[in-house]
Amino acid sequence: MFRYLIPLALFVVLVVFLAVGLRRDPSKIPSALLDKPAPTFRLPQLKDREKTFSAEDMRGKVWMLNVWASWCVACRDEHPLLFKYAASGAVPIYGLNYKDEPADALAWLGELGDPYVLSAVDYDGRVGIDYGVYGAPETYIIDKSGTIRFKHVGPVTQDIWSKEVLPLVQQLNRQ
Amino acid sequence: MNTEMTSSRLLALLLLCLLSSVATAQVQVDDQPSDDPAVEKRLANLSHELRCLQCQNQTLAESPSGIAADLRREIRTQIKAGKSDKEIVAFLTQRYGDFILYRPRVTPMTYLLWFGPFVLLIGGLLLLFRYIKQRRDAIPEQALTAEERRRAEEMLQS
Repeated sequence: MFRYLIPLALFVVLVVFLAVGLRRDPSKIPSALLDKPAPTFRLPQLKDREKTFSAEDMRGKVWMLNVWASWCVACRDEHPLLFKYAASGAVPIYGLNYKDEPADALAWLGELGDPYVLSAVDYDGRVGIDYGVYGAPETYIIDKSGTIRFKHVGPVTQDIWSKEVLPLVQQLNRQ
Repeated sequence: MNTEMTSSRLLALLLLCLLSSVATAQVQVDDQPSDDPAVEKRLANLSHELRCLQCQNQTLAESPSGIAADLRREIRTQIKAGKSDKEIVAFLTQRYGDFILYRPRVTPMTYLLWFGPFVLLIGGLLLLFRYIKQRRDAIPEQALTAEERRRAEEMLQS
């Protein structure tokens, strides 16, 4: 009888909902800034605070902005990978030192090495707000016209690098 | 080993974790309430409607996290600069997306969320009415026999 199949059908629907719902990571929030112009800023450079760095300086180049801090545990995991990515020469990596004491940040780079072309100091996290940062590390790929084309919250793993970032960077560089 | 011993060791371990985690810390921004009660009132209203993105089940008003303090300070600054609540919410959603709003906007993406429960309610009511009607049709009304009527009257009188 058909009516006995109704509980089974309901159960299948429930299983599908749970299977999809439970596999999603609730901490992944779609970025509102994707395909929007990268917010402008002018901040002092970490290693030479007389000099400044601005997103405007990077017009005409495809570049990576990596938000990091010495207090950020996941950044420590990501750090050796950034060296690999930088060494590949695929894309220049710039750091945004987020809500960090410059002395701590410099000590951190001294201990672990510095994969960044340079790091800009966002001491009070105001530029972080413009970029929608809510948890370091965060990584952005910005294209030649200054548009954000990729955002990732959390460490950029080898998998994400080779499957998403690298193809995107190559494609953007051809444009 | 008795349980008391285990729990005191556990406590010591937890304390150790706590102490070692304060070695380096985030820069703390000034999150002092403003002198102007009107500013604080608007901040309180706004920040109860906004989600802390780091700890997603807390509002910006409740969260002790660094990013929540930053955003409270930013909202304070904007209130003092004469921005309307609407402008401030627009500023935040531009950067953090609609997810920062505790009360989701009514967009095609959230139709199911907003209207789904009502659709389910109406569907359930329709099914219920159909079922009741079917039942009523299925059971034919029968008049009482003389014997049944007598027993019923007996029961009512006793």
